[in-house]
Amino acid sequence: MSDLDAFRAEIRAWLEENCPAEMREPVSDDGDICWGGRNFQFKNEAQKTWMDRCAAKGYTVPDWPKPYGGAGMSPAEAKIWREECGRINARLPLSSFGIWMLGPALLKFGTEEQKVHYLNQIARGEIRWCQGYSEPGSGSDLVSLQTFGEDKGDHWVVNGQKIWTSYADKADWIFCLVRTDKTNKYQGISFLLFDMMTPGVTTKPIKLISGNSPFCETFFDNVVVPKTQIVGELNRGWDVAKYLLGHEREMISGAGGGDRLNAIGAVVARNGLEDPILRAELAQFDVDALAYACMGEKFLDEAKVGRGHPAQPNMIKYVGTELNKRRHELLMAAGGATALEWDSERTNGGSPSRSWLRTKANSIEGGTSEVMLNVVAKRILELPGA
Amino acid sequence: MPLYHTEDQAMLADTVTGFMADEGAIKQQLRHFRDMNCQDGFGHALWKQFAEMGLTGMLAAEADGGLAMGHVEAGIVLREIGRNLTPSPFLTTSVMGVTALGGASDDLRGRWLPGVLAGDSVLAMAIDEGPKHRPERIACKAEKAGNGFRLQGRKAFVVQGASADAIIVAARTSGSDSDVDGITLFAVPKDAAGVSHENLRLVDSAMASNVTFDNVELDGDCVIGEVDGGRALLNKVINAGRIGAAAELTGVGQGAFDITTAYLKTRKQFGQLIGEFQALQHRAAHLYSELEIAEAAVIKAQQLLDGGSERADLMVSVAKAKAAKACNLSVREGVQMHGGVGMTDEFDIGLYMKRDRSLAEFMGDQYYHAERVAQLSGY
Repeated sequence: MSDLDAFRAEIRAWLEENCPAEMREPVSDDGDICWGGRNFQFKNEAQKTWMDRCAAKGYTVPDWPKPYGGAGMSPAEAKIWREECGRINARLPLSSFGIWMLGPALLKFGTEEQKVHYLNQIARGEIRWCQGYSEPGSGSDLVSLQTFGEDKGDHWVVNGQKIWTSYADKADWIFCLVRTDKTNKYQGISFLLFDMMTPGVTTKPIKLISGNSPFCETFFDNVVVPKTQIVGELNRGWDVAKYLLGHEREMISGAGGGDRLNAIGAVVARNGLEDPILRAELAQFDVDALAYACMGEKFLDEAKVGRGHPAQPNMIKYVGTELNKRRHELLMAAGGATALEWDSERTNGGSPSRSWLRTKANSIEGGTSEVMLNVVAKRILELPGA
Repeated sequence: MPLYHTEDQAMLADTVTGFMADEGAIKQQLRHFRDMNCQDGFGHALWKQFAEMGLTGMLAAEADGGLAMGHVEAGIVLREIGRNLTPSPFLTTSVMGVTALGGASDDLRGRWLPGVLAGDSVLAMAIDEGPKHRPERIACKAEKAGNGFRLQGRKAFVVQGASADAIIVAARTSGSDSDVDGITLFAVPKDAAGVSHENLRLVDSAMASNVTFDNVELDGDCVIGEVDGGRALLNKVINAGRIGAAAELTGVGQGAFDITTAYLKTRKQFGQLIGEFQALQHRAAHLYSELEIAEAAVIKAQQLLDGGSERADLMVSVAKAKAAKACNLSVREGVQMHGGVGMTDEFDIGLYMKRDRSLAEFMGDQYYHAERVAQLSGY
């Protein structure tokens, strides 16, 4: 038996022993997702047990180094971990913007002290993070952001407003882009971390077309941020932001796994599939979804060994989000009038329609499809004037 | 297994890419043999060079003098064949034919493999019987006669059938047309009495034959594998053809894409490079995405086939369908973005469009494979 085979056997045995049966059921709504954090309400005991057991072994962030709360797995080992979790349909033990977005940025740009402090908190699910990027006047043109941090010696005083801050009302800390030099557009932004409990921080949920409020407006009124809480150099936050955006785009694309990659025809057909044209559309979708899953796998494999074009996450994000929108259009069509129900019990409070509406944001948040195509045209295809 | 080439595979790709760009280029091969109205549809000299590089026997066992490689490696060659639109017997002979012979007796392999490996002979595959790929239904009959068989029926779209040294025929030896069982594979020699060809030039300048078998007497030793039990081997051969065609399609799509993006960077209108127009940039970027996805699906399916995975059938169909969709988009966008010159024979982009159409049909088009994905998924 090779080392990897032995490793697989070890993981399989550990999962068999430690993954509670409830955590092997498909995720049916947002409540099934474990976000962690100071105020997180676990849906049941199994959810907490599963997170804690994984955290103790470093399995919430399997490929992070051990001193930062990870399991120090090699790319090949991390792939085996994902495959073995997939084999028993194990849910992610912990989902968080800390893992997907801030973590990779800290690993690259953080000081040793920052890494040890923040990454361990993330890995154990103790602190839930949100992202302060977009502003009312700075959407696709993010770099025009105005939130300003005034230099006060050993700290900044931050004033301004962010928008579309996902789960800001539930988050413990924020990673935030703040202008620290008004004279320099790109090299005048810094990447700051601060506690959402800091005096002067307020949030206001935004009601969306889905009827839900996952996004907030976030206001900063003379918020004091110590200078130790900057990631990377002063005024070079755009470098960190861009790096992190790559990971955000990868996350939204669903390339890392999860049900977004799945074919849907067989699931829909369980409730009967009488329309041959719809069946054909589902088959065409399944071809695209199954092929896209291969792209996601290939992308991750290449990323782990530093292959692949650095702008590739933009392409992945574009395709993954457009596919997910198409997926939910088909699910709505297949569901018929039942899928239109907005608050009935049998639809779990309008889950099909609310999910369908939610997906419309996929190709807007984290960079619109149009911006993604611009980036691909410019950085990968090197088309002129792009 | 990670979804990228190993070091050995990357080295093979480097070698083959350079070799095909030099020797397999459109001007020397496709246009040359088309313009001289070559009835074989490919160049024998290049086939000989393939043999010298060991490519003809890539999939053959080492004991038979081959390299015992897999579909990932064969796909590397096919992608370059596709990129250069090189007319070649590689897919039908070295991928499908050699896979079929892998199930044959020592004697039969000894009869046909050495010629293939030496680049002296080619094999053709006679599977389909009508204009669409429907291998589930096989009507061409072989009846027992003395110590051998008597073959009666017609086969369609037999690529390079008229110039092949042997035609590998999937025939019915028992049961009715749509039965799964009752299939036998035969290696029919070129000169067998009663074999006649309607040799046709296709839109992409390839030669394909509609073959008629009129009471062709075959010795029992022409049988590949077991009598009546050939379906499993046939499926293997067909899978090899499908994933091979998919790999070739990714090369065709990439080749068309490369010359199109190059054109966007040189052609000027309204005082600027047309590649500066966002309308074209977004379409090019979308096309790039589709091609990348197709390539990922193809390597995944190749690895699953080589590993003998039970998911291979499904993913081969996903790969063939996706490669066909992406490549078709690439050639259509290519001609459109070239504008008027895209319609001329002088520019190569139209040749890509023709090849795509032909390859898309070979071993099942995207509709056939989407249907198969649905069926294999249980709906």
